[in-house]
Amino acid sequence: MTSPHIRQPASVQRVMMTVLAALLPGIAAYVWQVGAGILVNIAIASVTALASEALVLRLRKRALWITLSDGSALVTAWLVALILPSIAPWWLTVIGVLVAIVGAKHLYGGIGQNPFNPAMAAYCAVIIAYPALMSQWPHIDGLDFATQLHLILGGSREIDGITGATALDAMRTGLRNQVDIHTILSSGTFGFAGGRGWEWIAAGYLVGGFFLLARRVITWHLPIGFIVGMGFTAGVAWLVAPDSFPSPLFHLASGGAMLAAFFIVTDPVTGASSPLGKFIFAAGVGVIAWIIRTFGMYPDGIAFAVLLMNICVPLINHATQPALVGQRKEARP
Amino acid sequence: MISRLFSFRGGIKPDSHKTESSEASIRNVPLPSRLVVLLTQGSQGAARTIVTVGDKVLKGQCIGEAEGVAGTAIHAPTSGTVTEIGPYPMAHPSGLASPAIVIEPDGEERWITHEPLDPATASREDLILRIQASGIVGMGGATFPSHLKADSEIETLIINGAECEPWITCDDRLMRERAAHIVTGSAILAHLTGARQVLVGIEDNKPEAIAAMRTAIQDMEAVARKCLDADKMNVIAVPTLYPTGGEKQLVRVLTGIDVPPDKRITDSGIQCFNVATAHTVCRALLHGESMVSRIVTVTGSVERPGNYETPLGMPVADLLAFCGVKPGTSRVLMGGPMMGFSLPSLDAPIAKGCNCLIAASNELFSPPPPEQPCIRCGNCANSCPVGLQPFELYWASRAKNLDRAEHYHLFTCMECGCCAYVCPAHIPLVDYFRFAKSEIRARNEERKTAEQARTRFEFRSLRLEREKTEKAARLAAKAAETRAKAASEADSALIAAAVEQAKMQSSVQDKAAPSRDQQT
Repeated sequence: MTSPHIRQPASVQRVMMTVLAALLPGIAAYVWQVGAGILVNIAIASVTALASEALVLRLRKRALWITLSDGSALVTAWLVALILPSIAPWWLTVIGVLVAIVGAKHLYGGIGQNPFNPAMAAYCAVIIAYPALMSQWPHIDGLDFATQLHLILGGSREIDGITGATALDAMRTGLRNQVDIHTILSSGTFGFAGGRGWEWIAAGYLVGGFFLLARRVITWHLPIGFIVGMGFTAGVAWLVAPDSFPSPLFHLASGGAMLAAFFIVTDPVTGASSPLGKFIFAAGVGVIAWIIRTFGMYPDGIAFAVLLMNICVPLINHATQPALVGQRKEARP
Repeated sequence: MISRLFSFRGGIKPDSHKTESSEASIRNVPLPSRLVVLLTQGSQGAARTIVTVGDKVLKGQCIGEAEGVAGTAIHAPTSGTVTEIGPYPMAHPSGLASPAIVIEPDGEERWITHEPLDPATASREDLILRIQASGIVGMGGATFPSHLKADSEIETLIINGAECEPWITCDDRLMRERAAHIVTGSAILAHLTGARQVLVGIEDNKPEAIAAMRTAIQDMEAVARKCLDADKMNVIAVPTLYPTGGEKQLVRVLTGIDVPPDKRITDSGIQCFNVATAHTVCRALLHGESMVSRIVTVTGSVERPGNYETPLGMPVADLLAFCGVKPGTSRVLMGGPMMGFSLPSLDAPIAKGCNCLIAASNELFSPPPPEQPCIRCGNCANSCPVGLQPFELYWASRAKNLDRAEHYHLFTCMECGCCAYVCPAHIPLVDYFRFAKSEIRARNEERKTAEQARTRFEFRSLRLEREKTEKAARLAAKAAETRAKAASEADSALIAAAVEQAKMQSSVQDKAAPSRDQQT
């Protein structure tokens, strides 16, 4: 046996469990604001993730337990459940998780090898395949648990009364139809910062994010990079034309922004690795997400932004190698 | 006086496990039945035997002369008889053997006559030669020859009492018990190197050592005061953070200077010695005692952990037996748990760089959990004291992409082990780096050999070519000569022929004349 002969009591499992724990405040806010249906989705996603990972590991003739128990599949599952509409039918969640675990993760070689964020790959796949289902978000206080469960289990979706546009959708549609931004914001869809109710969920993710920072599972470069990237771009547009562009606060409190800032761009496997690289990567996601939100046609642009920046990771890493101690910046190769 | 400290990059805080061995005073060990003094003690040079089997030797008598500039002498650790000169395993992960002189102690411990030197009056050359002749090498573990380090001109001398590795306490005890000698030795080294200030860095988990060293500076001996003013030497308590005891890390903490990876600390006007080395310098110069023993921490799964004044050459097995190894010990580590190694053989003798033996059981040092895939969490990069990206080095080493590993500065890695310590995937990163380094060294060696072969071949071709041309030239010259000779021969033949002809003609005329006469 060789040095070092001692090790910190750290493990991949512990890292993943910390991430799951950090998701709890956001999930709690979700249940409080939208209903307990999300818990069903999380359960479906978790079971699918573990089962499919076990199957793939079996096919790949890999040790089962050490990978299954590392918790990474559960993190992916929970994220997929959280980014899909909470009344999505069960099979949509299953497809999303299969794309994430089998397609984005294991086809590339399993944990640590995948170039694309599995949850984001799943989101992109299902939004392209099922755009209608992906735009059906529940009214913030319209659906009781029984109705949610009914919809999740594949019940009939006579839904005009029970779903509504998300804040991002309402904003984009309103602006495209030349509606005044203040009129748009005065509708019931909007709260004090983002979508009414959804802003509390964003706040829950923020709390979990601070927990991750405190536990040093993530460094500040990624969330701050994302917030600066999205906030700065949105801020410039908003300052130039406040009637045509919503404020940075609206962008950061809406859609998946807070989840992305602390739980998505922070995926270490698919992100950049040097401190400067992390910042550039996350800022790039923020900027591209804002562009897609503003000029694109999808409900949110974060997933596409993440995948685009995933492609840039090798370049970013190459260009942002940190200098060694005592080595001047310009002296590096 | 330095008013503020600096922090170095990265670092870790493992459990210190110091008290197991630090609470008892330094003890002597009984002489073993034989002492095996290796001729290779330092990292740079070796010694040449000057005794033969059967010789009687005194304690401190030189038995191996320093070989070359970097060599350091070795001495009999006790009085006795040389019984054997032959190869013995070194305390090294490879278990390779080194020639050694085996001495059977006579139990009398008779010293050779001491010849002290006065550092204030002796010449610098004499002092440095004495350090070499006393066999002093860096005792923190690197075993670099001290006379080479003392022969430098610097501004700041750092005395390293950080002892940042867990479990090791030999420097701690030495500072607590023999601070005066350390201070004197440091003053002498300052005198030799022309240092204007001496900074003694000690981790703040050793308050007794810090206090003892401060007192010793206040009560500095007269001989030391002749070398250095007492107010030029300061003890500085540095935060406990592994690897503060690393040379460049300690320089950073004490002076704020980041020494570049491709530079030595002397390039920044700094030199650094371990406290035990300073102590040994004092003993060698002021008391004429060559280096014949050192303090070794024996700890871990033993009955009597502590620090032992151990004669050099004492087999590890004998020292451990004296300390009482507990059942359940699965291996013995030499050095600390962060950078030490498992001893392949307990027959290896204690050498000058051996600071610690840890009897390791699975309870104290649990076997590493299974390796998992890297998730690029970056904890290794955050912990690296030299600013490497260990996970990049890992991917490159794993893929045997050696150029990439070098591009990511593989050889800046000092194998401190911080990255592997923090890795949540339990990847033995340092192993990967050692592997890649050896592969690169082998490749470079191969390239060098190939290069040499190529040069030789080209030279040979050149030589053959030259020889051919020369031969051709020679042949041509010879041919020309032959031709010339032939030509000249031909000329003379012609002349001869002409003469002959002329003669013939004249004889014909002679013959004709009478006929003409006859006609007339």
